[in-house]
Amino acid sequence: MKEEIIIAGFGGQGVLSMGKILAYSGLMQGQEVSWMPSYGPEQRGGTANVTVILSDDSISSPILNEYDTAIILNQPSLDKFESRVKKGGTLILDPHGISRMPERKDINIYVIEATDEANRTNNLKTLNMIILGGLLKVRPIVKIENVMLGLKKTLPERHHHLLPLNEQAITIGMNLIKKL
Amino acid sequence: MKGNEAIAHAAIRSGCDGYFGYPITPQSEVMETLMEIEPWKTTGMVVLQAESEVASINMVYGGAGCGKRVMTSSSSPGISLMQEGISYIACAELPCVIVNVMRGGPGLGTIQPSQADYFQSVKGGGHGDYRLITLAPNSVQEMADHTSLAFDLAFKYRTPVLLLADGAIGQMMEKVTLPPARPRRTEEEIRKECPWATLGKRHGQKGNVITSLALLAEEMEAQNLKLQAKYAEISTNEIRVEKYMCDDADYVVVAFGLCARICKNAVETARANGQKVGLLRPITLWPFPTEEIRGLAERTKGMLVVELSSGQMVEDVRLAANGKVDVQFYGRLGGIVPSPQEVTDALHKLMNH
Repeated sequence: MKEEIIIAGFGGQGVLSMGKILAYSGLMQGQEVSWMPSYGPEQRGGTANVTVILSDDSISSPILNEYDTAIILNQPSLDKFESRVKKGGTLILDPHGISRMPERKDINIYVIEATDEANRTNNLKTLNMIILGGLLKVRPIVKIENVMLGLKKTLPERHHHLLPLNEQAITIGMNLIKKL
Repeated sequence: MKGNEAIAHAAIRSGCDGYFGYPITPQSEVMETLMEIEPWKTTGMVVLQAESEVASINMVYGGAGCGKRVMTSSSSPGISLMQEGISYIACAELPCVIVNVMRGGPGLGTIQPSQADYFQSVKGGGHGDYRLITLAPNSVQEMADHTSLAFDLAFKYRTPVLLLADGAIGQMMEKVTLPPARPRRTEEEIRKECPWATLGKRHGQKGNVITSLALLAEEMEAQNLKLQAKYAEISTNEIRVEKYMCDDADYVVVAFGLCARICKNAVETARANGQKVGLLRPITLWPFPTEEIRGLAERTKGMLVVELSSGQMVEDVRLAANGKVDVQFYGRLGGIVPSPQEVTDALHKLMNH
């Protein structure tokens, strides 16, 4: 199995850390992984994106033309990556940052109102975990227990009391995602 | 972990005595990781943020003169600042490891990945007739492995070794198995391994002198000839290269570091389409795998060199191919990284030429 994912949005939305959790989750289930960030000055404010590859075999290029799955959190990212989802692939978006819905008919498009949900619960920091939950509902590429192991590995110990909150956010995301 | 983090972990495990550096994106995680691990509390390794790159390289010069395993790391503009010191260290024949996680230039440039310091690295960035063993890792695993290897080569030949990576390999995360941990050497062990080191002279012993200055031209020529003999020995022993699907290849792509990863993807695509394409990846950029390339040039129909520059290594590939085969070039500049598709397109151009 090989899954090539792009996660793109604004800096501060947890795009890079969502990718990191996903990569560590793959690692926990014994896969080869690569995590390739756009590490430019855009990290604070502008657009940020990360390419994550989980694969049973060794990974050649960490940089890709097209993706199995795109997670899109703002309009500039949709403009940039809509055309680069493989035919039959998956595009997940949060309509909060989107002014023009995708036009492609040959991919599976899902909507997750994660920003609204995170605002409602007054915890914007769980935004990326809600989206991750949505992703795992439609693309169950990693097991939840491996996600929790991966999360434990990426979170500093002083934040480990937040693990249940994150697991809860994943469940919320799983219930929240809808097909367009 | 990230490539930069792997360097830090591997340095400690290589029995490194001292790291001297000055932060610069995209390699700051090297020192950050060392500061986080605090090896001075465990192995006794010194980690010091110097006031500048010029200071860092001269601290390395001093530490290396004492036979210590010392290193520095920086990115392109910072490495330019170090060139004077590197030339001195090469002439004084001292072992040390220098890491360059390249970013786009020239000038202060940008922080995105680049390979445009190839000339500076392999053709003598500082003054005088000297060479740097130049290792070009293409994965996080090799960032760790090459750090360890760099120390071994530096001490084997008493010469500075450059680890030439790029911003992408420094910033990306992959699985890595760290090299086994070696203890730092004791002073007695250093005296034994490095009889030339300036560790203070003992009773009845003649003092060691470390210098790169010889005012008599005859002396300087002798020192130069000694260096050249050493470089010839390194060229014989230390060429490293990876070949992928080259055995039956009609066309060969030549690339190093991150570009080799992207090109491997393009080679896989070509093979899936039944096209006989292979990949040659120089792991040492100096000494350069001239013979390997000459061999392939004699029996292939064309070569494509891909670099994150306007075309630097391509000159060495063309020298090696010596007109026997068409050598084309594809590159992106200033921090832009080509996609596998761009390489595929360049390959098609070569094959339809």
